[in-house]
Amino acid sequence: MFSPSHFSHFAAVVLFALFASIVFGITQRATPRRMVRYGIYCFVLFVGSAIALSWVMFFIAR
Amino acid sequence: MANPQNKKTDSGSGFVYLPLIAGWLVPGAGHFLLRKWGRGALLALAILGMFSVGIAMQGKLYSGAKDILEMLGLAGDLGNGLLFIVSRALGLGGDQIQVTTADWGTRFIVVAGLLNIIAAVDAHNLRTGRKT
Repeated sequence: MFSPSHFSHFAAVVLFALFASIVFGITQRATPRRMVRYGIYCFVLFVGSAIALSWVMFFIAR
Repeated sequence: MANPQNKKTDSGSGFVYLPLIAGWLVPGAGHFLLRKWGRGALLALAILGMFSVGIAMQGKLYSGAKDILEMLGLAGDLGNGLLFIVSRALGLGGDQIQVTTADWGTRFIVVAGLLNIIAAVDAHNLRTGRKT
C-alpha cells in the first residue's frame, strides 16, 4: 500500500527533487522551453548529487 | 497588438503587492491573478504536493520559537501561508518525531514554505514587469 510514512530515503529524495525542480524551473527562467530545461537540470543535479554523496558516505563508513 | 510597452502599462494599475500576498497565502494564486494559469497550476501542484507529503510523513509543524533552529523552522513553515494556519487549526502534523520519515516530513514542510515564498516573489516580479 502506498504510504508516505513508509517511503524509502531514495523515494523521498526523488519526490523532493521533483517538487523543488518544478518551482526552480518556473521561477528562475523566463521562457517555457528554458523553464523545462532548467527544471530537468535541477532534478538531475539533486538526484545525482544525492547518489554521489551516498556512495561517498558508503566508502567512508567502511 | 501586445508589445512590452503595453505590458508595462497593463501592469501599472491596481495594488502592486496583491499577487505577492495572494501567492503567499495560497500557493499559485499570485500567478492565477496574473492569468498565468499553467505556471500557477504547476507551482500549486508542486508546493501543495510537497506540503501534503510532509504532513503524510507525520512531519512536525513548528508552533513556538524556543531556540534559533525552531525559529528558523517556524519562519519556513509560515511561508506556507494559509496551509500552515489551517493545518495548525486542524491539528495536523506530528508533535513528537517518532519515525524516521517524520524528520524528512518536517523538512518537506519547511521547504514547501520556502518554495512558496520564491513563487510569490516570482508573481510579484511578473506584476511589476521585472520578469515576463
